[in-house]
Amino acid sequence: MRATGFWLALAAIIVAALAMTELVANQYYYFAFYVVLQYVVLATAWNILGGYTGYVNFGSAGFFALGAYTAIVAIKLFAAPLPALILAGGVVSGLVGLATGYLTLRLRGTFFAIATLALAVVLQTLVINWDFVGGSRGVYTMRPAVPVLFDSYIKLLFVTMLLLALAAIAASRFIERSWIGRGLAAIRDNEQAAACSGVPTLRLKLFATTLSGFLMGAAGAPFPLYVTYLDPSSAFSLAYAVNSIAMPLIGGTTSWVGPVIGALLLATAQQVVTVTISSAANLLIVGLLLVGFVILAPEGIVGLWRRLARGRRA
Amino acid sequence: MYCIRNLAAGARALAVAAFAFGLGLGFGGGVPAQAADPIKLGFGMALTGGLAGNGKAALLAMQIWAEDVNAKGGLLGRKVELVYYDDQSSPAAVPGIYTKLLEVDKVDLVVSGYATNQVAPAMPIVMQRGMVFLGLFALAINEQFNYPNYFDIQPTGPNGKVELSRGFFELAMAQQPKPQTVAIVAADAEFAKVAAEGARENIKKSGLKIVYDKTYPPATVDYSPVVRALMATNPDIVFAASYPPDTAGLVRAANEVGLKVKAFGGAMVGLQFAGLKTQLGPLLNGIVDFDYYVAEPTLNFPGIVAFVKRYQEKAAGAGVDPLGFYLPPFAYAEGQVLAQAVEAIGGLDQAKLGEYIRKSTLHTIVGEIKFADNGEWATPRVLQIQYQSIKGNDLDQFKKPGTQVIVFPPEFTSGTYQYPYADIKR
Amino acid sequence: MLDLLANAIVSGLLLGGFYAAVTVGLSISFGMLDIVNIAHPAFVLLGSFIAYGANAAWGLDPILAGIVFAPLFFLLGGGIHRIYDASFARRGEESLRGLAFFFGVLFITEVSLVLVFGADYRLVETPYSSASLTVGVIGIPLRLLVPFLVSLAMITGIQLALDHSFLGRAIKAVAQDPLALRLMAADPVRIKEIAFALSIATASVAGALLIVIAPVEPSLGRDYIGRVFAISVLGGMGSLQGTLLAGLIIGVAESVTATFYGPSWSPAVSFGVLLLVLALRPAGLLGR
Repeated sequence: MRATGFWLALAAIIVAALAMTELVANQYYYFAFYVVLQYVVLATAWNILGGYTGYVNFGSAGFFALGAYTAIVAIKLFAAPLPALILAGGVVSGLVGLATGYLTLRLRGTFFAIATLALAVVLQTLVINWDFVGGSRGVYTMRPAVPVLFDSYIKLLFVTMLLLALAAIAASRFIERSWIGRGLAAIRDNEQAAACSGVPTLRLKLFATTLSGFLMGAAGAPFPLYVTYLDPSSAFSLAYAVNSIAMPLIGGTTSWVGPVIGALLLATAQQVVTVTISSAANLLIVGLLLVGFVILAPEGIVGLWRRLARGRRA
Repeated sequence: MYCIRNLAAGARALAVAAFAFGLGLGFGGGVPAQAADPIKLGFGMALTGGLAGNGKAALLAMQIWAEDVNAKGGLLGRKVELVYYDDQSSPAAVPGIYTKLLEVDKVDLVVSGYATNQVAPAMPIVMQRGMVFLGLFALAINEQFNYPNYFDIQPTGPNGKVELSRGFFELAMAQQPKPQTVAIVAADAEFAKVAAEGARENIKKSGLKIVYDKTYPPATVDYSPVVRALMATNPDIVFAASYPPDTAGLVRAANEVGLKVKAFGGAMVGLQFAGLKTQLGPLLNGIVDFDYYVAEPTLNFPGIVAFVKRYQEKAAGAGVDPLGFYLPPFAYAEGQVLAQAVEAIGGLDQAKLGEYIRKSTLHTIVGEIKFADNGEWATPRVLQIQYQSIKGNDLDQFKKPGTQVIVFPPEFTSGTYQYPYADIKR
Repeated sequence: MLDLLANAIVSGLLLGGFYAAVTVGLSISFGMLDIVNIAHPAFVLLGSFIAYGANAAWGLDPILAGIVFAPLFFLLGGGIHRIYDASFARRGEESLRGLAFFFGVLFITEVSLVLVFGADYRLVETPYSSASLTVGVIGIPLRLLVPFLVSLAMITGIQLALDHSFLGRAIKAVAQDPLALRLMAADPVRIKEIAFALSIATASVAGALLIVIAPVEPSLGRDYIGRVFAISVLGGMGSLQGTLLAGLIIGVAESVTATFYGPSWSPAVSFGVLLLVLALRPAGLLGR
């Protein structure tokens, strides 16, 4: 019943989104929602590793950019269509994710986090020195002609990112509720104890790092088409690394809903202040929101909600 | 139980978020324009982040322009209103800002934010609606888009990247004895890379031999290893393409290491602003760098002196560059171009505006502008400035002629080119 | 060739000393107290701008200004730790949550700087800004030598204080065993607060050193985040000698790469070194 409800909700969202592309002409909403949904994917992806498994990835920007630059390569070499870009970006990022999975054999906690940060810097340096993808000069990606089903390219990008976000959410929810999620949680709580009680820790961790990397890369792949001009410093921007951590934290890290709520709230707030406050104060508000949220809702919004619900019943 | 609660919590928070989102985005929503409504000019500008120094100065210039226009009764009898948002120096924020401007705020005119990275992401959005788009210092961007209604106010001309350093090399090659070798050092970022590419084309023409050609990451702290490494190759000329922090780093390292070359400079961004000018002071003597406006008597376009004076009065209060030479006059000129076109065609029809700007001579405080087919100035006007006889770190010397001498092109020359660089007293 | 190498190494050492000064505060907060203060570079920038302001207004030497204002930074750090402690530390799981908190603090600091000082690049000119010493074939710019010496003095001073005072030993102990500390009648929260305040106080001095070396603008701190965390981990969490050593290694690696292979590769080299060290010796060079 619950599962059916979830899938019905997903289907309803897809139908609503398609209806929206027919009814709403104002393109601003698609641009804004695209960014928000992109953060839903990033936050959900981060949470599979960071929230469920307890391994903090500081280098989300690296995986995101890897997806974006894989897309550039695919466009330049094969003029590949959007779905192929997403698949390619995801696979390449997923493979790098797999490699970081082996790092977890030796590195835990902070050290793992710093290693992922270092990985992002090394990847950025490689991209900067690789002229085929534009190097430090940056690269232009012209959007292909408007696709058949939609009357503008941004609508296609929006629907694509929505599907990606829903897929990420479904995957994250499935993991949380299956034996995989319980295994990951066991690793998070005490890795040694988990290994002793027969949890296949390495395989589970590799699964988590790979899936997390795949989703981040997939989220990055359409980005060159969104922004038209991609340069390393914007692809590897600190904003991706930090937002993908801050959003699950604000929402709550133990369930699939947390990162989704966090991403919706924080990304929406960022979008809204950007286009309503015409001064430097917009970043100030984002900063205050962040500080306020983590102070007021220390276990995330989901945690706060649970506490309130419990309080009411008592 | 746990899961149901969980789901319900999620659904409710989703609803709240969606509501907040709609509320936020509905802000300033579309009321149809009437004759008495102001004419809205929209743009995104970097007010925070790495580009903010320039972005805020440009914003001040635009505000002065709007004030001037409104003092004279506005355009077509309507007031001019600026609608602008902080793009945070982040290209990813640009598409959202421009669609908001065009679809929600329903602005009548658009101009760009500062520099290539922020202009490019706005292009497809502006092109889709056929809007006239004035770019603020994007280098050679229309090579990619070929958009007829795009015009860039930067005076680099149709072949910008080559033009930027043409004067630097022509001057150097006129030295006696003739230089033979050149070192290129550039930052790993868009402007510097493009400038270095242009320099290589000029070098090919001049017959110089490249003995060092490397890039460095913009976050580099100490530049003495770079300067030493290039000095070890014994170049006669050092061409640098850099951003403000590295410009300062290179100039200081060159001075500390004792750079012995015949010419030094090129496409160093940062020397155009008061901060670096005053702090580096005498260390700048002898450097030749590109520029677009300095307070020399040969650049006496109508209105520019008055504008710079007004800008300087307001600069302290706005916390921006106190000199206002490089970028602000051009940001003001953007407004003038639009104003002239709007008044001439008597409306806001974008196709007609584009047509007018393409065909006409435009009168601005940076001189008369005619645009070429690719939207760049038809006749380039990249100045080469040589810093001369700077004493101490006083700001006022830069407001007067004599310290930033125009040595190229010949029609604007205001002093003699001094060489070799190594022999000039610092 | 040999000249170049010698010069590259000396430049790298000088630079590394400065890196250590920027990192040492993080080694205390992040290394000893497990507070992921991602805003540390922003506080360093705050230090730079205050030194700039003091220099512009009163002609005070920037480094002296950095030292004079350190007590204010100490108070600021204490205040921030109180908020942090009340909000997170008492509830456990604080380090990750603190990350989001400090990310917010980073934005707030950065924007406050933009609003107060504007977004332009600032730098200061001092008597030692453009002089340099020459020892044999090696040139030593005072602009780097002075910060190097100040950094060395600061790190040594903190190390001595940690080793030889009750408070210092308590700070070292608090990271390992708060309960034992409580039994010794010391309040671990108070000790942590002092240690965190100290870490922020170092940012005042480090910021002054930064503006002596290179021009700054409010968002520059972001460039340093990766570098300072890398140095802190490379040195071994919470080890000040390790931080110094790691700073020097990164400085020399960057400088030698810049001289011989092209500066473009230097970040990859220094972070490559970090990855290698993490893979071979996860506790860092001088980790406990």
